[in-house]
Amino acid sequence: MSREILIVDGLRKFFVTSRGTVRAVDRVSFSVRAGETLGLVGESGSGKSTVAYTVIGLHAPTSGRIVFDGHDMSTSIWKRPRALKRAIQIVFQDPGTSLNPRRTVQQILELPLRVHRVGTPRERRDRSIELLRKVELPEDYLYKAPHMLGGGERQMVAIARALATDPRLILLDEPTSALDVSIQAKIIHMLLRFQREMDLAYLFITHDLSLMRNVATRVAIMYLGRICETAPTEEFFRNPLHPYTQMLLSSIPVVSKEEEAIRPARIISKGEIPSPVHVPPGCGFHTRCMVCATACSAEEPVMVEVEDGHFVSCLHFPPASDALPRAAESEEVF
Amino acid sequence: MGEPVLRIDDLHVSFRVYEGTLQVLDGVALRVDRGQRVGLVGEAGCGKTTTMRCVLRILQSPPGRITAGAIRYRGKDLLRASQGELQRIRGSGISMIFQDPVAALNPVFTVGDQLSAVIRHGTHRRLTRGEIRRRALAALREVQLPDPDRLFASYPVQLSGGMRQRVCIAMALATEPEVMIADEPTTALDVTIQAQVLRLLDRLVQEHETAVIFITHSLGVVREMADWVYVMYAGTIVEGAETDELFERPLHPYTLGLLSALPKLTGGGIAEGIPGRIPDYLHPPSGCRFSPRCPSAVAACHRDRPVWMQVRRDPDHAVACHLYPKGEA
Repeated sequence: MSREILIVDGLRKFFVTSRGTVRAVDRVSFSVRAGETLGLVGESGSGKSTVAYTVIGLHAPTSGRIVFDGHDMSTSIWKRPRALKRAIQIVFQDPGTSLNPRRTVQQILELPLRVHRVGTPRERRDRSIELLRKVELPEDYLYKAPHMLGGGERQMVAIARALATDPRLILLDEPTSALDVSIQAKIIHMLLRFQREMDLAYLFITHDLSLMRNVATRVAIMYLGRICETAPTEEFFRNPLHPYTQMLLSSIPVVSKEEEAIRPARIISKGEIPSPVHVPPGCGFHTRCMVCATACSAEEPVMVEVEDGHFVSCLHFPPASDALPRAAESEEVF
Repeated sequence: MGEPVLRIDDLHVSFRVYEGTLQVLDGVALRVDRGQRVGLVGEAGCGKTTTMRCVLRILQSPPGRITAGAIRYRGKDLLRASQGELQRIRGSGISMIFQDPVAALNPVFTVGDQLSAVIRHGTHRRLTRGEIRRRALAALREVQLPDPDRLFASYPVQLSGGMRQRVCIAMALATEPEVMIADEPTTALDVTIQAQVLRLLDRLVQEHETAVIFITHSLGVVREMADWVYVMYAGTIVEGAETDELFERPLHPYTLGLLSALPKLTGGGIAEGIPGRIPDYLHPPSGCRFSPRCPSAVAACHRDRPVWMQVRRDPDHAVACHLYPKGEA
């Protein structure tokens, strides 16, 4: 198993507003290993993007630790060493707004190189052409403005920009959710190829579990600012344990009988995600849970390892030595 | 089967722009039977919404222009109907749910005001204020919104996305239309909320015996919601079949490409997708519009338009593709 290059430990990010404190991320811990893809999955308002923005340094954490390659980066972005900033890059969801409309593709691709003082102007230009070639765009795209490109092409420019500084970790914040499936397929193939060729680690933020089934090494599910379940992909889809994970999986519209068979059946989705200003006491999911017990609204669940690498945060899985038999038993309840 | 409640024949639509004429719809044809749930699936820019805008005659013109074809609602050609006739059909005959429930509701009027207006205009008989309110509350209750009295006086901003879409559904069904057009009704919603809204829609259209046209880019949604599916590509209908048949035995190379590009819960990776991009509507390819991207294209594909042909072994399946010349598949 390769070493962990990103460790997030007890991360909290609260936003103080006039209507109360938004607990966007509350005690989130996970790690990303070199060369792997961690899929961070959740619905809108779950805090998944806030996690990415805090890791990249757009937000300073309220508390908790972010460690990249042995260096603590929990302080403000201004104190973060430039070499570390260079090693972590991000691709945003909407390439229509994440690319400056008044710059050419060349200027967009050269900016990170200029910021990190890489090469001479001549070398930077050559590097831009090389980056375009990497994402399979023709060289004359250097002189185009973002509005002249299609949605898929813009996202490829955004990916090329993220690759410019030879990063080791890329945060992908829903990079394909605004695109058609045929373009998504193309971009995903490219991302997987870059990962192999450059030994990149991805923190892949998405709401699409079917996509993660095919892309992620491990999957973590977020709900209301917390991670409620995490496991290696195979294990995660074979044996989803958290009631929220099961509700999520059973809500996915699928296209074949084979998919229907592995989707947990008969779990009827109810309720809506509560406001992160008024987080319910106890387990955050208890207001929508179909197996909610009285203790769930009072007691906070803790992360329990039920199987090798498979963690779940649910009171139905108590932190005891008999966690394994309990897990098997509870499966019938759900 | 009898007379379909809605029938579109050979619909051609073009848009005049500075550079020339965009030939957006090129002979779209489909039928919707009484109480049938029809899915219209295709990627962004393929003309799904344009087709439905023509049905309601809300296509912006200029630049849009219907150059040929017929749209018949209960036998009446909507392209030749007067404004008065159209006004009576909109809402009470054919209603529509839009993708974005934020834009579909007016932010300065209460939910009650907007719902009442729909009921007042969509009912032929004059109603008293009390009657309108009673019907509006019943409509809100029907879409399972909690506390209808309070909601009646609420403004759209006070509701979540899922609740707003339920209000839109209530408005679309309040006048008991025969056909409801649902244009990406759940695309803006989260997957668990989508499941709730789809379940609700499914129950309501069955109870009301409303025919529905689901416009969506999601093959999964269409499989769950429709009895019959049409696949659209670049302004043409390329394949149509009974839902299970389409998903078990897809024929058109575009349908196959779409299905293989879709990530599956069962894993196994994702196919490379479909090479190339949607054609330029200014200069659409001659012959089959999919031919420049088609992996199985032959000479005829680039030359002649494929004809819509019923598959011989199955009356519930039709395809427009040169690979199946006499409906042999």
